[in-house]
Parts: sequence; C-alpha cells; structure tokens
Amino acid sequence: MLFSTVVASPPPMHIPDGFLSLGVALIGWLLAAIGVGIALWRSREALGERQVPLMGVLAAFIFAAQMLNFTVAGGTSGHLIGGALAAILLGPWAAVLTMTTVVAVQALLFQDGGLLVMGANITNMAIIAPLVAYGLYRGVRLLAGERRWGVWAGGFAAAWASVVVAAVACAIELGFSGTSPIGIALPAMAGIHVLIGIGEGLITLGALALVAAARPDLLAGERAQAPGGLRWALTGLAVALVLTLLSPLASPHPDGLERVAEDLGFIEAAQDAPYTVIPDYVFPGISNEALATIAAGIAGTLIVFGIAVGLAALYRRRRMAEA
Amino acid sequence: MREETLSRTRFVAGLAETPPPVLVSGLRFSYPDGREALAGIDLLVGQGEKVALVGPNGAGKSTLLLLLTGLLRGEGTIQVFGEALHDGNLRRLRARMGMVFQDPDDQLFSPTLFDDVAYGPLYAGLPEPEVRRRVSWALAQVGLDGFEERLSHHLSLGEKKRAAIATVLSMQPELLVLDEPTAGLDPRARRRLIELLRHLPQTMLVATHDMRMVAELLPRTVIIDRGRIVADGPTAQLLSDRQLLEAHGLELP
Amino acid sequence: MHIDALDSYRPGESPVHRLDPRVKLVLTALFILVAALMPDRSWIGFGLMGGLILLAELLSRVGLGLVQKRSAVALPFTLAALTVVFSTPGRALLRAYLPGGPWTVTDAGLLRFLSILLRSYLSIQAAVLLTATTPFPDLLWAMRALRVPRTLVAIGGFLYRYLFVLADEAARMMRAREARSAAPGGRGGRNVVWRARVTGAMAGSLFIRSYERSERIYAAMVARGYDGEIRTLAPPTLRPADLVAGAAVGMALLSILFVGGRG
Repeated sequence: MLFSTVVASPPPMHIPDGFLSLGVALIGWLLAAIGVGIALWRSREALGERQVPLMGVLAAFIFAAQMLNFTVAGGTSGHLIGGALAAILLGPWAAVLTMTTVVAVQALLFQDGGLLVMGANITNMAIIAPLVAYGLYRGVRLLAGERRWGVWAGGFAAAWASVVVAAVACAIELGFSGTSPIGIALPAMAGIHVLIGIGEGLITLGALALVAAARPDLLAGERAQAPGGLRWALTGLAVALVLTLLSPLASPHPDGLERVAEDLGFIEAAQDAPYTVIPDYVFPGISNEALATIAAGIAGTLIVFGIAVGLAALYRRRRMAEA
Repeated sequence: MREETLSRTRFVAGLAETPPPVLVSGLRFSYPDGREALAGIDLLVGQGEKVALVGPNGAGKSTLLLLLTGLLRGEGTIQVFGEALHDGNLRRLRARMGMVFQDPDDQLFSPTLFDDVAYGPLYAGLPEPEVRRRVSWALAQVGLDGFEERLSHHLSLGEKKRAAIATVLSMQPELLVLDEPTAGLDPRARRRLIELLRHLPQTMLVATHDMRMVAELLPRTVIIDRGRIVADGPTAQLLSDRQLLEAHGLELP
Repeated sequence: MHIDALDSYRPGESPVHRLDPRVKLVLTALFILVAALMPDRSWIGFGLMGGLILLAELLSRVGLGLVQKRSAVALPFTLAALTVVFSTPGRALLRAYLPGGPWTVTDAGLLRFLSILLRSYLSIQAAVLLTATTPFPDLLWAMRALRVPRTLVAIGGFLYRYLFVLADEAARMMRAREARSAAPGGRGGRNVVWRARVTGAMAGSLFIRSYERSERIYAAMVARGYDGEIRTLAPPTLRPADLVAGAAVGMALLSILFVGGRG
C-alpha cells in the first residue's frame, strides 16, 4: 500500500507524450544525444572498466532512493529526484549516464514520461539537473575553500538549483510547444519547484552528511578523478548569476511578469508564430513554426552556453596572466 | 603441520605431471588500513581433492579465496595450476577456476538467468552454439532447467545459490572455490545443495561454517584462525579433536 | 517481499507478445510520432488511431482495464495543459471573473485542449501495450539492435536487475522507520527539516551499500572473464512474418496520418 501511493505519484517533471510540439521534442533529443555522447566518453575516461556495474547499480539506487519519502504536511510527501546527489557522489558525467537510464526506464517501465519526448525529459532531469548541480557545488566549494561548510551549503544549493533549473527548462519547453503559455507555466513550475527544491536540498544534505561520515572517500570531489574544478566552479556560479537575474520572470505576480515579458517580447514569442525570420515559401510543406522553434532553441542554447564558456575562459586567461 | 605440507609439496612437485590446482606458499596480506589479514599461509590442494576451509569469522577465509582468484594481490607465492598469477594469465586461469561468492545476488547480475550462465563462456570467446549448449547443460546440472528466461530476483535463495553455481559450471572449470554455499538455506534447500556438490567431479575448496556438511562431504579440513593455518588434515581426525575446535571458535557437528 | 508491481510485463502468447521486439519498438515510436504530427482537431485521425490501438490491445489479451489503468499516470500533467483552454484566441464560451483577470474559456481553447489530451492518451496506451507484451530484457536487446549505445543498454540491464533488490532495501528501511516513529497519527517526529534529513540519511546509507555491492559485482564479473568490453549474443533473426506485420501496421499508420492530416 505504501508503494502504490509512492509509485503512483509522479514527480511533476516527467513530461508525457503529446505535450510537446515535434520541434521541441526533436531539439530535446538533439541536446540529449550531445549530452549523453559527451558523458559516455568522459565517464569511460574516468571510470574505465568499472563504469558499467557501478553506474548500473547506482542507477538502481537513484530509482530506489526516489521511493524514500517523508511527510511534509498532512497528506503530502516530499521525495528525492536525485540529479544533484548523483552528480556530487559520482561526478557530473557518470551522473548524466545514470540519470539518463533512470529517466529512460521510468518512461519505458512505468510510463512516467513519454517516449517521443524522452529526449526533453533526459535533457531536463539527466543533463541539465546534474550538470547545474555539479557546477554550483564546485562553485560553492571554491568559495568556501577548505572549510567544511562548503560541502553542506554546496550540496543544498546544488540540489535546490538543479530542481528549479530543470523545472524552468520544462516550462520553457511547454511554452515553446504552445501547450502552456510561458507566462503561466514558468512562474507555476518555478514556484512549485522552489518549494520541492527545498525538500531535495534537505534530503541531499542528509545523504551527504552520512556518506561524508561513513565513507568520505566516496565523495566525488575528494576522489582523484574529479574533473577539473575551476571550469565547473565558474560555470556553476555563472548559472547561479543568470538564475538570480531572471528570477523576476518567475514571479507569480502577473503585472510585473507581463511588463517584463513584454519588454523582452517573451510572451508574444511563446504564443504566436515566433520569429518570422524564416519565411514560409523557403521550405514548402514544413511548418514554419517547427523550424523556427528549432532555430530559436539552438540559438538560445548556444547563447547561454557561450556566456558560461566565455566567462570561464576569461577568468582562466586572467589567472594565467597573473601566474 | 608445516613439515607435512612442505614434504607433500616436494612430493607433488617431484611428480611434475599435473601441477596441483592450488599451491600457496608464504602468503601474506594486509588491508589498506594496515590490519594484517593473512600472516603467512602455506596450502596445497591436489587434483580431485575436496577441502574444507573453516575458522571463525574474520579469520581470513574470504580473503584467501579472493587472493586465489587474483581479485586481491598479496605477498608470497600463489600458483594456480602451476602458474603464478599475473596480469597476463589471469583471464585464462580464471576460466579454469570457478569462484562462487557468498551472496548470490552479487553473482547473478544479468537481466535473465540465461545471460548470467552464458556470461562466462561468452567472455571466454566461445562460439555461440557452444555457449547455448553449455547454458542448457549447466542449468540441468543444478536442477534449474527451464529457468533460462527468469529474472534472478524472482528465484528463492536456494535456487539463486544453485544458479550461481551454474554460472561458473558453464565455464567447465577444473577447480571450484565456494564461499559459504549453505549459509541461509532452509534444510530442504541445503540438502539439495549438498547433493549437488557431492556429484560434481571438480577439485573443491569450500569455505564454510557448516560443520555437518564438512563431515559429510569434504574429506580434508584446513582450520584457519587469525590469518594463520592452525590445522590441516583428514576431517575425521580434526573433527574428533574437541579441544582444537573449541580453541578456534568452532563447534562439533 | 517482492515489489512485482514494479514490473509491467504480463506474460502471454498472443500475436502481439510474439511479435519481434524490434518491430514493436519501432511501431510504438511510429505510433507516437504520428499522434504528435496529427494536427489539432483531426477527430477522424484520432478516432482511427484509437481504433488501431484498441485492436492491438484486444489482440494482445492483456486486458483493456490494465491498459487504461496504467494510462492514468499521465493525468496529473493535464493540469499543465489546462491553461490552453483560456489562452487560445477564439470564440468565447464562458467567462469567469476570478483573481488574475477574467478567465475566458474559448471554443478553440477547449478543442485544442482536447486534442492534446487525445494525443497524450493515445501515446501512452501504445507505450503501455509495448511494455505489457514485451519482457524488459527483450526491450534491451531490441534497443541495442536499433543502435542505442551498448554502454547505456548494459547500464539499463543492471538497473533492471538491481532495481527490485534496492527497492526492497528501501522498503525495509522505511518500515523500520515507521516502526520506530513514536508519534501517533503517523506524522513522524519533530519537524519537516529533521524528517527530511533522516530520509537523507537513509538515502546515504543505501548509497554506500549500493556502491559496495557494485564493487562485489565487479569482482564477480572479473572472475568470470570481464575485460571492459560489453559482449552479447547475437539477436535472433527477424522472421518474415514480423517484417510483414510491421510493414502493414506502418503503412496503416501513415495512411491514417494522411487522412487525418487533411481533415
């Protein structure tokens, strides 16, 4: 009985089929393929032969850990999604692979998340969530230096942010698909997940505390194979900055949101046919909207990525100049 | 005891025909935290012998078994089928030596039982028809024919233990090394397992607490305590020495 | 305790069960794709697809009730799409003066919402049918045959194998916690923060046990000859019957798309 309730209540982030437009779904697959491809390569480097059994069993762990819950109030319960925990304990790329299999099996075995839109779900929960989490974790630890609070604050912040950013990505996908206007989806998803993220943060913190006490050698940050800290730390902090700057958009206050969104042309873009950059007649038979969505998606992703990488590169050059 | 082992070693080495499956000399091993697990082990297991390895928990039984299969590296000599273990021959030697771990859930790691039993032959590079043949044969040997498509999770503990044995039998090893095969089994499953072991022709080294099985099945007993071998001889003789057993935390069957 | 509710396969001997898993996987993906491509308000198209999937469900003999019950999983998400009822421009049907401005239900909005629901419902039925008639290990090799990276499939295999083991362990921990919770009414101790951290500690110890188990598994793999490569037996050859069935259903789907796309 306990299980039917737990298993039957899906976390509100696994998008089912039918809720995303084909264009958005395809972009989701593209991003997922890129992310998973990099992860396959990098985690093989880091873990070698042990890669498969380790990530396999830990994928099962994430799955099982998602069943652990605690009473929040009355009938509601909070539980773990696990992207941040996976990233901190396994390293970012192993976490990507692990979470990818979790998301895939959830969709295949339990219909938690659709099959066509799996690319988008993987992108949100298995790529964005763990990578954001790892970046933020390393960023906070960088700021904390040797001091222990870095692990706790970093863990909490990473877990919280991973949930919120994944939810934002989810809302953006819904918006661009025309399923839910972004003016409503974004504040709603962000709002809910700001709260859910707290639960995630606390559980992650509890888990890290135990692992740090019993087997400190298992924290990815301590292990020799941990990927280069600085790039991650800086990207993580950059993401945090971007989040803070954009947070007014997530405000549930409609007036404020509308004003900001209209300034950025956001609401109009999500609802009407966006970006008449590519005219109809150039690609006969293919919907203008789909193509434009794809183009917009790619452009947006590249811009954010570019900012992050640019910041990191800039910092690095400065440090080398000082050295 | 040590003199006996040494003279036997010289005798067997003198034969120079079939090297003994297991020849260990001066084996030492310490854990990463510095604790000494094995403080100098000498052991010889000849072809066709069925040997029990008994001792209290923490004596070093499992460690010794792991060292034998090359999963741990220690100091001293370990020769399996006459070859000292090193990176180049590990795979080949492991194919001749079947290790059955204590927890069958660690050994049954594939989605189906077929996949698990096929694993050994597959990784030994055997052609597909041969792999399939061996799977059917191995499952039949342990009384699990027809179980190919089952998920290991759905088996009872007794079935899992037998399945774990099947996963190494399919490699057709000459030596079987088993860690606590009867632990946790109910009387019926235990009886089935003992009968299975009785009918297997391989040389056997069995680490166990089950003294009744030792008395019934394994003619030679090696007692290990705190990292050393304290007794090595015919089972009947050792098991009638009450003082010896009590001194090393063992009970009479 | 076996959490068999976690395994969605229902054994059987129907033609759907016996169809090659690769064909089933491709057809399921095609079905969902066609549903996604079907324009809004293509009622004929949706109807034909509904008929097709219903036929498949009946043929499979897994029980209509089962499929419908599992399809309900997606229902909570429909709330997200509900907003489309109010935001799509069209003829106003209903106006509610609630906080947030007047909420206007439009006819276009309702129809669009209905279309989204139908697409989702159809897709999920296809997915449920796939997993109810195909054992997971078969899905794994089908994916491998369809070029999904071997490493991912292998990880999926381990996930499937140990999912139940670890879920049992998690269940045991939660039962132990329940047994120790002194507070009446089952609310648990102290406050939310404390409860979350206790849950976290459970996750942490489950992690350590899982990690250590993975090391033992690696040892067992190595003892049986693992060398880092993923080796598998060749999948069975595709039977002509499967190919014909696949082609037939594929054509049917494409024709439905053609018909529906015009309507």
